[in-house]
Amino acid sequence: MASRNSYNERDYLQPSHWRRNIWNLIIYLMLIVGSLMFILPLFWALSSSFKSDYQVMQYPPQWIPSPLRWQNYPEALTYVPFGRFALNTLFIAALAILGNLLSCTIIAYGFARLRAPGKNFFFILMLSTMMLVEPVRIIPLYIEFNKLGWIDSYLPLIVPAFFGSPFYIFLLRQFFMNIPLELEEAALIDGANRLQILWKVIVPLSKPALAAVAIFNFQGVWNDFLYPLVFLHKQSNYTIALGLNFFRSTYTVHWGYLMAASIVALLPMVIIFFIAQRYFIQGITFTGIKG
Amino acid sequence: MRQREAILFYVCISPWLIGFVLFYLGPIIASFYFSLTDWDLLTSPQFVGMENYVRLFTRDALALKSFKVTLVYTMVYVPLDLILGLSLALLLNQKLRGIGVFRTVYYLPSVLSGVAYVVMWMWMFNPQHGLINTLLSYAGIQGPRWLLDPKWALSALIMMSLWGVGRSMIIFLAGLQDIPIVLYEVAEIDGATRWNKFWKVTLPLLTPSLLFNLIFGIILTFQTFTNAFIATNGGPLDSTLFYVLYLYRKAFEHLQMGYASAMAWVLFLIVLACTLVIFLTSGKWVFYRNIGE
Repeated sequence: MASRNSYNERDYLQPSHWRRNIWNLIIYLMLIVGSLMFILPLFWALSSSFKSDYQVMQYPPQWIPSPLRWQNYPEALTYVPFGRFALNTLFIAALAILGNLLSCTIIAYGFARLRAPGKNFFFILMLSTMMLVEPVRIIPLYIEFNKLGWIDSYLPLIVPAFFGSPFYIFLLRQFFMNIPLELEEAALIDGANRLQILWKVIVPLSKPALAAVAIFNFQGVWNDFLYPLVFLHKQSNYTIALGLNFFRSTYTVHWGYLMAASIVALLPMVIIFFIAQRYFIQGITFTGIKG
Repeated sequence: MRQREAILFYVCISPWLIGFVLFYLGPIIASFYFSLTDWDLLTSPQFVGMENYVRLFTRDALALKSFKVTLVYTMVYVPLDLILGLSLALLLNQKLRGIGVFRTVYYLPSVLSGVAYVVMWMWMFNPQHGLINTLLSYAGIQGPRWLLDPKWALSALIMMSLWGVGRSMIIFLAGLQDIPIVLYEVAEIDGATRWNKFWKVTLPLLTPSLLFNLIFGIILTFQTFTNAFIATNGGPLDSTLFYVLYLYRKAFEHLQMGYASAMAWVLFLIVLACTLVIFLTSGKWVFYRNIGE
């Protein structure tokens, strides 16, 4: 597994080198077969999204449909107002991300940098809420928001974000802990207060961590189903997940349409993933959840 | 100065403290109170003591069934997820050309989840024209009816979720990359084989990642809802009636808020107990490097 750092010329003639090559070949083969299995469902969905109802039923199937039925996309996306659903979801995501970035930065700074009695207790309490099962909250939250008259509005999906989320607080706190203390001390001596330090020293240095929070948060909102299902009822308020579920229950057998709509619903995450892949991975590394 | 800093600390974390009371502590306590009542949301709650719990444990065969479904799913899915995640991480930790492309391919599905993911897989599992039975037919095998067959539906849901194995894989991979190469070099000097190195160096140093994936795997699978709600809605013949799906029906379809709250509390305590047992026994099998860092 670990490679020695350098080989000299003679090593290439050694049997151990051939063993290594065969080993690498086996690994490549396993990786290729495995990645085909991982990619094939997406390819199949994409291929089906360009098929008519008749083509979908053909056997043996056409892997690349001919003719390509492009109309599936505009037709599927106008049967129910997917544009509206996407905008609704983007609106919720934007405000939730704003709320989380604001609140989590301040909360995480407190946990990372300020000394106070009871700090460890509250930190562990916060971490333990990450392990809470959601169903125990959903009924009381429904009743709470119902009393406030918030049901069928976006408030239940947005307002809690302004009070921070444990995982993002934890991620940012871990990142802040690794910022050298000297930078802050220099600013303190120059007469800056804590708020100035937070905005002028910590935040500019923490862009990768803040980006990771924004991306995880977007992913959470875009993919969420249970909370919108419980809190939103009017069709005009639907998120993309609720919209797709409604579409699925209405047009069950039109797989071409269903796949076109699903591909569109998956696409934003795929694009974000390819643009910002390193933030997903860094986000996990920042938390120190590893060896 | 000390005191001012402490005050500032509580000011900083006050959003979380308020949120904790409003969205965590309050609801949990309220949920326990509701669980002792009979409540349909329309009339005021009637206090019934432990009646909901008695009914849940003694008179509700469907609740028991849903608990069994969830338990089987967790006990099969979590180990598979750990083994597959670890194997892929080991494969992807090689220093090979193009390895980044493979990492991307295996990780991508795990950032996709929710309704579109499930709808896509419902099509994969379609008995006549889906991907899986089409591939099986190439090998001359007549595939089962998957989501429509009570014997296969739960297995199909497990396969569906395993497509997202990248979530645990990436945590194992981060753990692997944190193991110092020096340790392998020392092991090689001592004449360790690949096999020895895995069991004596890699696996012990990966136990923190293993613990993390195990605990979060269990917490997440016990709460399985969306996949079953969309793909099968609990069917066929309740073979995929997950506990939280049944809880959702009781709460939001039958409006039995008291009974559903009791169900939620039982789940809460079970998951809490599992997590505690794993944590308390983890001292025996989890190794931490750099203690005191």
